[in-house]
Amino acid sequence: MHSRFSNRGALPGLGLSLGITLAYLGVMLLLPWAALAGFLASGDWRAIGSTLREPRVWAAIRLSFSTALIAALLTAVMGFLTAWVLVRYRFPFRRWLDGLIDLPFALPTAVSGIALTTLFAPNGWIGRMLEPLGVQAAYTPLGIVIALMFIGLPFVVRTLQPAIEDLDPAMEEAAACLGAGPWATFRRVVFPSLFPALLTGATLAFARGLGEYGSVIFIAGNLPMKTEIAPLLIVIKLEEYDYQGAAALAVLMSLMSLSALWAINRFQARVEAFRYTETA
Amino acid sequence: MMRPPTVENRPLIGDRGARPLRKAASGSRGTGADSGVRLLRAAAIAVVVGFLATFLILPLAVVFREALRHGWRAYVAAITEPEALAAVRLTLCATVAALLLNTVFGLFAAWCLGKHRFRGRNLLLSLIDLPYAVSPVVAGLLLVMLFGRHSWLGGILAQWGIEIIFAVPGIILATAFVTLPMIARELIPIMEAQGTEEEEAARLLGANGFQIFWHVTLPNIRWALLYGIVLCTARAMGEFGAVSVVSGHIRGSTTTLPLHVEILYNEYRFSAAFAAASLLTIAALVSLISKRVMERAYEQDRRPHKIQSRRKNTP
Repeated sequence: MHSRFSNRGALPGLGLSLGITLAYLGVMLLLPWAALAGFLASGDWRAIGSTLREPRVWAAIRLSFSTALIAALLTAVMGFLTAWVLVRYRFPFRRWLDGLIDLPFALPTAVSGIALTTLFAPNGWIGRMLEPLGVQAAYTPLGIVIALMFIGLPFVVRTLQPAIEDLDPAMEEAAACLGAGPWATFRRVVFPSLFPALLTGATLAFARGLGEYGSVIFIAGNLPMKTEIAPLLIVIKLEEYDYQGAAALAVLMSLMSLSALWAINRFQARVEAFRYTETA
Repeated sequence: MMRPPTVENRPLIGDRGARPLRKAASGSRGTGADSGVRLLRAAAIAVVVGFLATFLILPLAVVFREALRHGWRAYVAAITEPEALAAVRLTLCATVAALLLNTVFGLFAAWCLGKHRFRGRNLLLSLIDLPYAVSPVVAGLLLVMLFGRHSWLGGILAQWGIEIIFAVPGIILATAFVTLPMIARELIPIMEAQGTEEEEAARLLGANGFQIFWHVTLPNIRWALLYGIVLCTARAMGEFGAVSVVSGHIRGSTTTLPLHVEILYNEYRFSAAFAAASLLTIAALVSLISKRVMERAYEQDRRPHKIQSRRKNTP
């Protein structure tokens, strides 16, 4: 067995460690998915189909998808600027701000949810300033976008930072030497080399945003058809003992985020292959 | 935009004025750059600082401001009421249990995936990442599907009197599920980068598997392991969606601290909710700081450990 699986075989313990790894993954990941698949397969397909056609379900999927997409785009813009400024410029408190970027990872989502809601509620510190402008953030789709931007920011910034650090300023200087202005240098030299990292970060933020629950449900208001996100609808269906509907919606949402992540993996593999052939 | 560059008058990004080549080589920072560029840079810094202050610092400030709205006495009362204490205990218990499971798993997974090559290795690697792609709510639903009363396994377990869903084991499983990749994901790249030469040397000197791991591998990965544990702890303490689905919200017995925050908030007991939230916030800040402190030590682990390359450095 051992020699068939390993081509080095110099170190002991492959069998034991692989066995424990497979057992744990099997119990934690495969068994629950198998249970879900079995449950759906033995279910009433017509009922599942009509669940997915419910206007309320479609509204929730549309809302989750569109807010996650808009939030990912906005986070890409702000995250790009943030990463650029943090890597390239020196200013007071830079290291502190850089450390704080991970806050949305570390802060429990329920805490960020209630904090953002309080901040953007009509009588909150920011909501109070938005109200005279006629903008209501809390309890609207805008609030959902804000919460998802908060959650997605570290994904974009942390994927971009190493890419910007690797960017050789000599390239920009060379472009400038060849007569490119700042805009042309950015558009034709800087942006193309950072684009893969930016796309990866934004996709990670998008996939996370599709499934985000804790930080969104407080600020969303949760009105059916209007501000009810798909993960919340899964919870509601579970609480109503509509296990089939919940399972169907869960599979649909998981397929959406998995295919986004799969596409970005393929894209990255291509970029890597391209880089490799270029340098080789 | 395009203008013919001359040798002695090379334009630098944003610097339209003439500038000798030597200065150009030292970078575009500082020295008498075009005032427009300096303005742009200052504006960019101002926008980013303003953005991060609104987005990251204000929410932190709000947590502590709201928690202390009714004074210290109310704050202390809110975090020492029996339900809050029970929530803290349950959170710690679930965190420690998930941490133990995932640390043991992470070490074994890193040993087989980081130090060996075999068929199906890439598939296993992407399988480990699966919890990242799944909504926490879906993670909770998966556990309900497997262990819920209506399911085959749940029915058998219920006959034996074992409750998983709406009980503490479910909360532990949900927490372990969402944090499953965190330690393995830190360890696998490190162990892969460090190679197997030191371990092979130990084997030639007669060490057994456990001795190799304990005396050779573990010292090399200790910072990465600690780093992964910090990340995993932070995430496990704050897990909300998955735990919310499996917990059943039984007050004082299956509410973790984040669920306790939610219940209080939905009852309009805002300052009590923020008081409980402030405990989680302090824990998050501690994990951020320790992560920062660890990062430098961690960088040293990340360098490849190769006997050969070390020998090359000594003359």
